[in-house]
Amino acid sequence: MIITKQKDFDNLLTSITKGPVFIIGCSECATLCKTGGEDEIVKMKEDLRKNNIETTGWVVLDPACHLQNDKRLLKKHKNEIEKAKKILVLACGNGVQTVSEVIKNIDIIPGTDTLFLGEIKRLSDFEKRCIMCGDCIQDLFEGVCPISRCPKSMLNGPCGGSIDGKCEISNELDCIWDIIYKRLKEKGQLKRLKEIKKPKDWSKSTEMRRIL
Amino acid sequence: MMYRSKLERFLSEGKFAITAEIGPPKGSDPNKIKDKAKTVKSYADAFNITDNQTAVVRLSSLGGSIIILNMGLEPIMQITCRDRNRIALQSDVLGASANGIKNMLFLTGDHQLFGNHPNAKGVFDLDSIQLIQIVKNMRDNGIFQSGDKILSGNPDVYIGAAANPFADPFELRVDHLEKKIEAGADFIQTQSIYNLDKFNTWMDEVRSRGLDKKVHILAGITPLKSLKMTERMKFHVPGVDIPDNIYHRMKNAADIKEEGYNLALELIDNIKKIKGVHGIHITALFWEDIIPYLVKESGLYPRL
Repeated sequence: MIITKQKDFDNLLTSITKGPVFIIGCSECATLCKTGGEDEIVKMKEDLRKNNIETTGWVVLDPACHLQNDKRLLKKHKNEIEKAKKILVLACGNGVQTVSEVIKNIDIIPGTDTLFLGEIKRLSDFEKRCIMCGDCIQDLFEGVCPISRCPKSMLNGPCGGSIDGKCEISNELDCIWDIIYKRLKEKGQLKRLKEIKKPKDWSKSTEMRRIL
Repeated sequence: MMYRSKLERFLSEGKFAITAEIGPPKGSDPNKIKDKAKTVKSYADAFNITDNQTAVVRLSSLGGSIIILNMGLEPIMQITCRDRNRIALQSDVLGASANGIKNMLFLTGDHQLFGNHPNAKGVFDLDSIQLIQIVKNMRDNGIFQSGDKILSGNPDVYIGAAANPFADPFELRVDHLEKKIEAGADFIQTQSIYNLDKFNTWMDEVRSRGLDKKVHILAGITPLKSLKMTERMKFHVPGVDIPDNIYHRMKNAADIKEEGYNLALELIDNIKKIKGVHGIHITALFWEDIIPYLVKESGLYPRL
């Protein structure tokens, strides 16, 4: 899932400067992340009102990254949108851009920061799992991804900073290489780590910009 | 036998080599690095010029290496994967080689979050093992990483790598060394040693696999200058192992600098006796002027 976090409200006020706003949410990831579902939109509307910014209307797109759905759903809110000075989008970075393809004459304000493609561990506890590199190599690493989960993206890890299973950059972050090591050890296949992994082919992540 | 560098010759002839680290200045004044170089010049065989160590911006390792090369010192230019992709890394190896730099040490690099520009984007296109393999292939086969041919001059590099015998999982540490040797490392500098028992355990395994015959190992020595430094190294520097007894010894010392110096002397004395260790690498952080005393009192002077 695409993990988002709502922007700090004061910063958001600075970006909005002046209302009224029309608020757009998303039925998928942003709803699950509790950053852009119906509940969050209603709360946002109230918070804005307390700061003298009115809301002309709102909609939860289904989902925001779907261009044809956006066109259809936003058409129904044409009048409310036209009355707004700003469009506040509570969806991922993709949702913001799909909306900006449909609504062209009004300033678009992203209301969330898009963090990563990650796992929902528990409610409101998410962890990065993938950077969408276009060339999955998890078969080499026991089904875990050192590119997205090692802060140095090492393919021949661990580095010299792995301590007690934790990463050197934060003791709240598991060292992914320690996890790979433990999985291989359990299987009795530690020798697989001795093979030198070649440099990654990053061209796969840039050439696959579009799939028809 | 033609050797690429004095360091290669010393190590190949079985002499106990000394390398010392010279940290470039936070600025463009060449006199800073020249002064440090003058202090340590006669007391080591080659000198590591660090590459923005701990991710703090300093004069570049290429620039620093050229400065000391012009003073008649032999540099070991450090190159990390943090700030450059494979294009820039290979280009810097060629540029350094063209300027007469023979020894290079390849590292993955400290994460940018530790430095003075934590907002920077880390590159990490390669890791150290991949870079070592690429440089070996450039040197021996005249091939760039892409497979493209080098057209005019393979870089004649004496390839160095780092090893940390103290990191976790400990079981992998010798495997990791073996991987660096297989990738192409000619010499190894280890993390600073304070835990001799653990270092000995690591070296026992190194010798049992015959790795000391395939690579030259220089043991890391960092004299502790103050309690603050001891505590920083013990509690905050990733991958450094200062055992409690050494920490207490420093804490209870009447004269901390003297205790730190004596401890370094003892470590050198013990390390000299370990089979398979071919030299020491001294990193005297903000304490370069201690190096001449350490080397002399360890009976390792003069350097010939």
